[in-house]
Amino acid sequence: MAAFTLTVNGKKQEVNVDAQTPVLWVLRDHLNLVGTKFGCGMAQCGACTIHLDGTATRSCSLPVSAVGKMEITTIEGLSERGDHPVQQAWLEHDVPQCGYCQAGQIMSAAALLNENPNPTDEQIEAAMNGNICRCGTYVRIKAAIKTAAQLINE
Amino acid sequence: MATIKTSIGRREFLKSSALAGGGLMLSFSWLAGCLPKAADELAMPNEWFELNGYLKIGDNGVVTILSPNPEIGQNVKTSMPMLVAEELDVDWKNVIVEQAPLNTAVFARQLAGGSQSIRQGWKSLRMAGATARTMLREAAAKTWNVPVGEVTTEASVLHHKPSGKTATYGQMASAAAKIEVPKEVELKNNSDFTIIGTSRKNVDGKKIVTGQPLYGLDYRTEGMLIAMIAHPPAFGLKLKSVDDTQARSMPGIKDVFTIRTFPEDYAQQWSDVTSFPDLVVVVGNSTWEVMNARKALKLEWENFDDHSIASTTFWGTKESIKVPGGLENSTQHSQVMAQLSAKPGTVVRQDGNPQAAFKKAAKVIERTYTAPFLAHNTMEPMNFFAHVTDEKAELVGPIQTPEYMEKSVAARLGFPLEKIDIQMTRQGGGFGRRLYGHFLVEAALISQKVKAPIKLVYTREDDMTFGIYRPAYHALYRAALDADNNLIGFHVKAGGIPESPLFANRFPAGAVENYLAEEWSAPSNISIGAFRAPSSNFIAGAEQAFLDEVAEAAGKDPIQFRLDLLDRAANNPVGEKNQYEAKRLAGVLELVREKSNWVQGQPGMHRGVSAYFCHDSYVANVVDIVMESNTPRVEKVYCAVDCGIVVNPIAATNLVEGGTVDGIGHALYSGLTFTNGTPDQNNFNKYRLIRQREAPRAIDVSFVPSTVDPTGLGEPPFPPVIGALANALYKATGKRYYQQPFLREEINML
Repeated sequence: MAAFTLTVNGKKQEVNVDAQTPVLWVLRDHLNLVGTKFGCGMAQCGACTIHLDGTATRSCSLPVSAVGKMEITTIEGLSERGDHPVQQAWLEHDVPQCGYCQAGQIMSAAALLNENPNPTDEQIEAAMNGNICRCGTYVRIKAAIKTAAQLINE
Repeated sequence: MATIKTSIGRREFLKSSALAGGGLMLSFSWLAGCLPKAADELAMPNEWFELNGYLKIGDNGVVTILSPNPEIGQNVKTSMPMLVAEELDVDWKNVIVEQAPLNTAVFARQLAGGSQSIRQGWKSLRMAGATARTMLREAAAKTWNVPVGEVTTEASVLHHKPSGKTATYGQMASAAAKIEVPKEVELKNNSDFTIIGTSRKNVDGKKIVTGQPLYGLDYRTEGMLIAMIAHPPAFGLKLKSVDDTQARSMPGIKDVFTIRTFPEDYAQQWSDVTSFPDLVVVVGNSTWEVMNARKALKLEWENFDDHSIASTTFWGTKESIKVPGGLENSTQHSQVMAQLSAKPGTVVRQDGNPQAAFKKAAKVIERTYTAPFLAHNTMEPMNFFAHVTDEKAELVGPIQTPEYMEKSVAARLGFPLEKIDIQMTRQGGGFGRRLYGHFLVEAALISQKVKAPIKLVYTREDDMTFGIYRPAYHALYRAALDADNNLIGFHVKAGGIPESPLFANRFPAGAVENYLAEEWSAPSNISIGAFRAPSSNFIAGAEQAFLDEVAEAAGKDPIQFRLDLLDRAANNPVGEKNQYEAKRLAGVLELVREKSNWVQGQPGMHRGVSAYFCHDSYVANVVDIVMESNTPRVEKVYCAVDCGIVVNPIAATNLVEGGTVDGIGHALYSGLTFTNGTPDQNNFNKYRLIRQREAPRAIDVSFVPSTVDPTGLGEPPFPPVIGALANALYKATGKRYYQQPFLREEINML
């Protein structure tokens, strides 16, 4: 067990956990932030995607000890009022079916648009290929990312 | 207007009202923080008035509607309350939706399966809305001293046009709650619908996109412990010995023990399926600690012998399920299926004289199709919360069959049903996997043992290797054409491990004079169950790919070939047991022909077509494939759908798109194979699911305009597209695809 001070959604949080604990479980079990989802535990499905200093990162395979001073953003902290352009676009297109993977999809999409506000279809596919949607909402996800890009560029 | 007897009587409504006093609203003790209140959130009333078990109206006009059925992504949590709201004549903007408690005295069939939620809720949900609306009108008539027949409603407002009197539902709610529940109510004409048939967005949308707790895995209570199970690594094995010395001493670990989910004398029901009734359990403070301790268990396993399990089927009949001992292999499965397919099967249907037809045929086409076991792979792995005390058992989580599992938990704990309280959360996918709730029983037994609230969590590996899988299938098709290329004989012989996928009475049965349908099966100890569109999920693709070859051999356009057969089935059907409406099946084919511009064709596109009927709905597809760097890519899929009245177009379209992607994905990439009883794939690095880069670039969904009562959409869009995909792949590559997954080299590369 060791103490770690993390910056999560702009707030400093102290946790006392095993150094190898994945950030996913620190968020879910210790910080009560359950928006970040458990899907595979080996960075294959993207359900656990968070931002680490703005970069999309799979939190299930990231030991808490590797975070250091980097800032963690989770779906709960993506926007204060749930109105990030990607969140707005997701609602506009009514993307979710079961909805379980969507937090990870949204975090990947937000990171993509942060780096590249005008992605091509191919760039969207490349950036989103690590996020599995078992319900098959891929067509809507792509359309929503394009809408979000428009909102950002307005 | 249709007058309908309210089958739910006064007594049941009162019963539900009483329940409401004790907390009808799901008061989950979520510990996670809430987001700031959004500006568009509704103000809460000072007082609620319960008009029946489905709804209550606040003094400010806000209406809470309870959605009865489990929400697994099929969007019933929005579309079922829409049916209530329609007949209540409420402004949808004033509606709050909540998940109903499990109470089958009030809410009939609280089950997610068979694409039946909307179909079977169509009358009862509308009746609940109409009943409340009648009570509001009667209250207004009494208050205003006018005939009730003169009181009308529109978007949450009551009107008495002759006197100009109006009142909102909120103002009249208190008086309406004192009105007797009417014995008869009138339902609206379809032409008067203002909510049904309009697009309403997912009622949980905002919570989903902001990461609020919704799912079973998100549920927590004070003092809750985490539990995980260790199960045998292979089907055919059982627990022999446990050395938990190291695991027990690890940080955060509370207890390690074994449980027996179902003892030998326990009478199982269909939803109790499990291959691994003996489990090792690790309980501790946090998920990571429990995961680590589980790795430190030293477990020994041993083979079990042939045995049988007494169970009750979904239809209530008793059965004895034979479970053979031994460790099974996929290569052996393939051999067994080929051997059984070469022998005569059990004849399920025979029309005319198929033997003679094949004998005199000018051309006989024979093809064999196969598909592997599939794991459901819901994105949210199996999990359940349980808190069992001497007084009661509280269970919270994702389950498609709460009514059935309530009985199992009660029987297993030796509790009366009243002491079991199951609450349904939103579910991170179902696809049939959560019809089988052994994990509820496991969670209850674990909580009882440790005398604490626990959440049982399966890892992805647990979930994928402790499956209730889609069986492995095999189908042999033969067609007889005469010298004029007429289809004079049709023969299907289908089987699987461990059950057959045959539907003997679906198309092309009824359309061919000489028809033979046979089936066979081989036992297995690998647990199987319903997977999105059971059996159809294989047989549709096989049959529709075969018909494409037959049409080609006959030199006919594949759509016209099917339409000609359907014409026969509609006007002069062979046999009397045909289970589809030929005209509706033809209708979706005609619609997809038009929408895809089939006759003119699409330059650069390799196209395939298919159509299938299952779960009471009809779907036809045209798949367009382009070749990119020698790899096929689905460019576009046209879906023509007849599901009767479309309740919520935006969600119905989403479900059709999803089923289409899901069907394509599984047919191209997915499969679960076994080596010595052990699944070869245990996570998404080895088990391939379709990803963004492989999904169709566009999906065009059209619905046949209809006034027929609605049928479901959870399953029907999945099976047919596999046939259109196979047929388009043939056009693109010149090669016929007979074995799923079609792009199996991708699996071998991993």
